[in-house]
Amino acid sequence: MGGSGSRLSKELLVEYQDLTFLTKQEILLAHKRFCELLPPDHRSTEESLQARVSFQQIFSLPELKANPFKERICRVFSTSPARDNLSFEDFLDLLSVFSDTATPDIKSHYAFRIFASGICPPDFDDDGTLNRGDLSQLVNSLTGEGEDTQLSASEMKQLIDNILEESDIDRDGTINLSEFQHVISRSPDFASSFKIVL
Amino acid sequence: MDSIGLCSPPVNFLQELPSYQSTARRRTAVPGREKPSGTLLKPTDSYRFPLQADITENLTNQSIRKYALNISDKRRLRDIQETQMKYLSEWDQWKQYSSKSWKRFREKAHEFATHLELWRGDIRSIEGKFGTGIRSYFSFLRFLVLLNLVMFLIIFMLVLLPVLLTKYKITNSSFMFIPAKDINIQCTVYPISSSGLVYFYSYIIDLLSGTGFLEDTSLFYGHYTIDGVKFQNFTYDLPLAYLVSTIAYLALSLLWIVKRSVEGFKVNLIRSEDYFQSYCNKIFAGWDFCITNRSMADLKHSSLRYELRADLEEERIRQKIAERTSEETIRIYSLRLVLNCLVLAVLGACFYGIYRATTYSQEHMNKEIDKMVFGENLLILYLPSIVITLANFLTPMIFAVIIRYEDYSPSFEIRLTILRCVFMRLATICVLVFTLGSKITSCDNSFCSLCGYNQNLYPCWETQVGQEMYKLMIFDFIIILAMTLFVDFPRKLLVTYCSSWKVIQFWGQQEFAIPGNVLGIVYGQTICWIGAFFSPLIPAITTIKFIIIFYVKELSLVYNCRPSPRQFRASNSNFFFLLVLLIGLCLAIIPLTISLSRIPSSKACGPFTNFNTSWEVVAQTVSTFPRSLQSLVNGITSEAFAVPFFMIICLIMFYFIALAGAHKKVVDQLREQLSLESRDKRYLIQKLTEAQKDMRNRLG
Repeated sequence: MGGSGSRLSKELLVEYQDLTFLTKQEILLAHKRFCELLPPDHRSTEESLQARVSFQQIFSLPELKANPFKERICRVFSTSPARDNLSFEDFLDLLSVFSDTATPDIKSHYAFRIFASGICPPDFDDDGTLNRGDLSQLVNSLTGEGEDTQLSASEMKQLIDNILEESDIDRDGTINLSEFQHVISRSPDFASSFKIVL
Repeated sequence: MDSIGLCSPPVNFLQELPSYQSTARRRTAVPGREKPSGTLLKPTDSYRFPLQADITENLTNQSIRKYALNISDKRRLRDIQETQMKYLSEWDQWKQYSSKSWKRFREKAHEFATHLELWRGDIRSIEGKFGTGIRSYFSFLRFLVLLNLVMFLIIFMLVLLPVLLTKYKITNSSFMFIPAKDINIQCTVYPISSSGLVYFYSYIIDLLSGTGFLEDTSLFYGHYTIDGVKFQNFTYDLPLAYLVSTIAYLALSLLWIVKRSVEGFKVNLIRSEDYFQSYCNKIFAGWDFCITNRSMADLKHSSLRYELRADLEEERIRQKIAERTSEETIRIYSLRLVLNCLVLAVLGACFYGIYRATTYSQEHMNKEIDKMVFGENLLILYLPSIVITLANFLTPMIFAVIIRYEDYSPSFEIRLTILRCVFMRLATICVLVFTLGSKITSCDNSFCSLCGYNQNLYPCWETQVGQEMYKLMIFDFIIILAMTLFVDFPRKLLVTYCSSWKVIQFWGQQEFAIPGNVLGIVYGQTICWIGAFFSPLIPAITTIKFIIIFYVKELSLVYNCRPSPRQFRASNSNFFFLLVLLIGLCLAIIPLTISLSRIPSSKACGPFTNFNTSWEVVAQTVSTFPRSLQSLVNGITSEAFAVPFFMIICLIMFYFIALAGAHKKVVDQLREQLSLESRDKRYLIQKLTEAQKDMRNRLG
């Protein structure tokens, strides 16, 4: 699809196919959509591989627009020092993890990173675990953004108690990566819901 | 209390623990580059990272993409892998290379195969707009289309192809007719209704009910009154092929359904807690990342909220139920007993109604056409279908009212209502078939001694059963189309244009109710399974019917329906759909086996005129096998083999159940031990921190 005049070379395509879970069509489509986010005069192939796109522009993609986790996702995949923009390869990484053929291990690993990264930057609350605060932030993202859509304090407590009872094996009040991956491996919905397709 | 004790200093300890470091360095896992404590990766460190021991020894085996790194890190890793490969022997290098190219080839083949997938784009857009629950309905429908197509191919290959080849003289073959022996001449009389009547509507009636000009076509069993097809080198045994095709498509359906449901079952059987109420599943896998529009996202938010609140409510109700006093329990159980009897009474009434309708319809169907008015004629022909549809329409409402008094928890209520409706819907077909069977085998209220069946009324009873199935199928199709066109569509128009009326606001726009729709197509599929023996072209007609239904439902979904706040989860759905389909298959096999093995086949038409029952053709074929094979087959099918076999299977099953119980106990013990170890660890860390603080204070 050389519509906008920028095409990826064959070697680069093969390399990306080796390094990610995406097919050739998906990589080309991703490149096309990424180039659409760049300003019109910077859409050549070399520039598109070097350019970085701010989060606001990524959020305009329909696949991410309605997602309550869009900020966390972009932050996890960003490789810039300030963690506030995405390059084309970061974008490919994102699509690769969320593709159909990615292994459950990879998906659960990145899911943990997305859920464990708090919303309030730059403190990632990161001792590598999901504690009660992380879980309640997670539940609030799921139930909606308004004030009236959140669960009451007692409901939240009951819910988090239940979650910890199901997944916290060593009963330390937090969920670490292996406990998370263990509970995800038994979750039947995870593979079908943790998917973004352009 | 424990988590508060872990303020900053102990966290450092935690990160230095060997267990933490090894988890972080696991094969597929990489610690986040965002860790400010800097024990592991920063972007500059990632160059040194891959050289650590436990990664490099696995490098040559692991595919690069399975590492959770970003693309530039993966590139470096791959370069290292390639330089490492140079140190391998030639044989290993060749092995690596061939495994890589094999993987690439497999991927290309897989990519190509997914392009061939039917309706991929449609289903994907439905998923994006309406979520994975409704998508699973459409992929279920696609599965049924494929299943029916394969069924038709089996029947075509085995039965239709030789007949067509001979009829149209494509190959140099001829039909073989073996004259009947020891059969009463009266049994072989088959009066095909002549086409003397030229009423214009008789063609429409024939088309809708399979009589008249359709009766003698290859649509029905009666057309295949052939005992064999003689090709140049061999004789093709058509009766055997007919029976084998039936067994083949039933076995294929069973295997395919079981294969598809294995993924759902695997997850089900592992969990010990109640499957439907897994909080972790709802929280961690709750959001459909493929949702693309804002309104759907809002709906998903509200449905998640609703679901979480309902589950928490359900838990509170459960605790309340556990605290019931014994007299309350007795009261509730006796009430439930009464209500279940009421449910059985309702079912019995419906079945009796269907029985009466079928008898009436069969008795009055054989009067001449010209004596009746068009509408009345059609009404009598379709009376059983109409009664079945009415019953299926009313009983869910009755069940919904009854279950309110039975005081179950909300999720159990829903499941029980659905199960009752499923059973009701599918059992009605069985009742119809059994009614027909009883009428076929009764001559003036006594057993038929002449031919084994009532040859006056049913000279070719298989064709007539096939006609009933055909009518059921056509009627079901008409009802589905009519409901969509004449109920859903006007409802949407009313809601759009007359939304100021209070009644309309209350009624609201149509929701896409998944259970009802799934029951509808499983009902159609059950009819197909039963009817395919009596009418070999029914699978083909069902395929076309389901294809049309797919497009109609898709259009209706997009234009008429609003998504319901009660969302079905995808995993629940797959399990539920396949379970219902399996029930339908089992309920379809029962009448088939009875009619194949108990009711004598008609002697006037069909491939089994020379056999007592249709199943006898197998016995006859076995008797033509060589001696040793014959005794082997006889041995396997005798009781001396079957009973010990059954007992051994039971023993193996008990062994596995006991093994699973023992494993569960071990898992529980290990969990206990883990939590104790964790408490010990935190206690020790606290003590260590205090000791360090003491020392610092003393020194400072």
